Amino acid sequence: MTPAPSNTNGNGSPGGSSFGRFWAMTVKEFIQMTRDRITLATMVMLPIMQLFLFGFAINTTPHNLPTAVLMRENSDVGRSILAALKNTDFFEVKTVVTRAEDMDALLQSGKALFVVEIPEGFERSLRRGDSPSLLVAADATDPVAASSALGALSGIISTALENDRQVTFTEPVKPAFQIVQHRRYNPAGSSTLNIVPGLLGTILTMTLLIFTALSVTREVERGTMENLLSMPIKPLEIMLGKIAPYVLIGLIQALVIIGVGVLVFRVPILGDPLSLTAATALFVITNLSIGYTFSTVAANQLQAMQMAMMFFLPNILLSGFMFPFAGMPNWAQWIGEALPLTHYIRIVRAVMLKGASIETLAYDTLALAGLMAVAMLIAVRRFRRTLD
Amino acid sequence: MTAAETYKVDAPETVIDVHHLTKSFGGRKVVDDLSMSVKKGRIHGFLGPNGSGKTTTIRMLCGLLTPDSGNGTCLGFDILTESDRIRRRVGYMTQKFSLYQDLSIRENLEFVARVYGLSDARGKATAAIERLGLKGREKQLAGELSGGWKQRLALGACILPEPALLLLDEPTAGVDPKARRDFWNEIHALAANGLSVLVSTHYMDEAERCHEIAYIAYGKLLAEGTVDEVIAGTGLVTFTVSGPGADRLQAELEHAPGVDMIAPFGTSLHVAGRDAAALEQAIAPYRDRPGLKWEKGEPTLEDAFIDLMRRSEDNFK
Repeated sequence: MTPAPSNTNGNGSPGGSSFGRFWAMTVKEFIQMTRDRITLATMVMLPIMQLFLFGFAINTTPHNLPTAVLMRENSDVGRSILAALKNTDFFEVKTVVTRAEDMDALLQSGKALFVVEIPEGFERSLRRGDSPSLLVAADATDPVAASSALGALSGIISTALENDRQVTFTEPVKPAFQIVQHRRYNPAGSSTLNIVPGLLGTILTMTLLIFTALSVTREVERGTMENLLSMPIKPLEIMLGKIAPYVLIGLIQALVIIGVGVLVFRVPILGDPLSLTAATALFVITNLSIGYTFSTVAANQLQAMQMAMMFFLPNILLSGFMFPFAGMPNWAQWIGEALPLTHYIRIVRAVMLKGASIETLAYDTLALAGLMAVAMLIAVRRFRRTLD
Repeated sequence: MTAAETYKVDAPETVIDVHHLTKSFGGRKVVDDLSMSVKKGRIHGFLGPNGSGKTTTIRMLCGLLTPDSGNGTCLGFDILTESDRIRRRVGYMTQKFSLYQDLSIRENLEFVARVYGLSDARGKATAAIERLGLKGREKQLAGELSGGWKQRLALGACILPEPALLLLDEPTAGVDPKARRDFWNEIHALAANGLSVLVSTHYMDEAERCHEIAYIAYGKLLAEGTVDEVIAGTGLVTFTVSGPGADRLQAELEHAPGVDMIAPFGTSLHVAGRDAAALEQAIAPYRDRPGLKWEKGEPTLEDAFIDLMRRSEDNFK
């Protein structure tokens, strides 16, 4: 050992640079992260698993809905409606019944989500031009399934009747105007296209929050915090050092999700990949900062975990990931605006599907940056350098 | 371990100088009006029963706890306002192993070196590993080390940034006698170079290895000085009685007037009192009991501590 090293300066001022201490923390956290193989594997597998589950299993445009037909009369028109229903993807005609009680029983038991009732004298009224009613009873406990199928139903039936030339409408009514629909950015109305960008944000939120939420409480629980606090390292250096390794993990996760989204689910990236990367990095850091803030407030890892979950839930519900943002009441929208996922989903959908660049999304980008700054400020102020 | 010849310590003559430190937790005074001073290059033993406030005092000295009242300096820096500077120059070894169990020996040492801003962290860690006798095991995880090795590693990490003052909180708890002896040799070698040490312990033999000791109970400093001074300060007169049945005398003498302290040591019994005449009177009826051998002796440090502990119990219970 060499005598009298130069760094022992008598005035006790901390040797080395702030960056050096931050780097020490980063290296330490990175090594600890790689030591925990199971967690590391989960970080990579979780996004892929979730993406496949959501991408393949979840479809807001439902298919093969169990349907029953209540035939009050045995007519050609009735049969041709029945045939039309059987021909579509939307409905799967399970049973044909003739009594109203059976219809109720089918709906209640869940054997059928839809019952189409062809009333007595339907064909006759139709031919007379009386414009008779066709009753459709739907199990609206799942409003999403019910509404999209209901929307499809009238189209299916009128096309069926016209095509079969069973009926000639006595007075073909021409509407005063026509509405031409133009589904922009997602012409096929594929829900996967909507879900993949949303899922990108959701998965990142969930995993990243937890990583940093555990980071400070873990040191406290393992007893290493006392040692760390007795060293000349500052709260900001500790925080940034603990966040940095997970920024890399977050970006890798994002890359995996986007990669699978593009290759498997054919989600386009119309916008600038650089904008997407920048927004993702910002979002990753914001979530890590929020998780770290929880970590400085919670007394133990379990509490930190619960806080992360409490924060995660409104992120999913109010961000526009699950339900349309514009449909929420004002107060819920305000909460939504305070959640990073809301802004990130807007950015990602805009960049990936609409070809926007980050400059046109200044509001959401600034909002993300603002949330990050607030979280970091709280964390650094909350972090206690003593054991008091 | 021959870390001794390593570095010359630059520190004021009085490394710890604190006055009237008080700290309460939940309304209970854990440290009560404590003043103490430690001279440069001295090994200061810090003794007292469990929960007497030793750890709290040490934590206040290195800035981990803020005293409710009181003030003072550590290495010449104000413990209330200059804890950043204190942190840089003080090595604190916690009671519980507090290095990272999931990092290797080398990684732990490099982390410490980097946090303290040492140049050539890798080289410093290598030197420390060689000094600790851990060459070849540097990739082992700290959590896999035995108690004795963990303690050596913790001390190694503590002295890596070349502190001027070591605060060691029960460093040898649960460590075998050989490792304890090595540890103390190391501490003495470090102190010979001007490093000051405040070490808390429960072991009498360790207390006797300190230059000076301080005894604390119920948050109050009860005695301070060299071992001899502390023993003399209790004013105890001690008799040692040995022979068949000597240990049975304890029950008979326990509450006799004039007997302040009684403790068995193997087959013999230490009987001590502060009033020599009263003590002689108390033991007089037993002195001629056949087979018993009475000897007037010097009280040991342990006698002194047990007496201090008893008295503090009487005062604070």
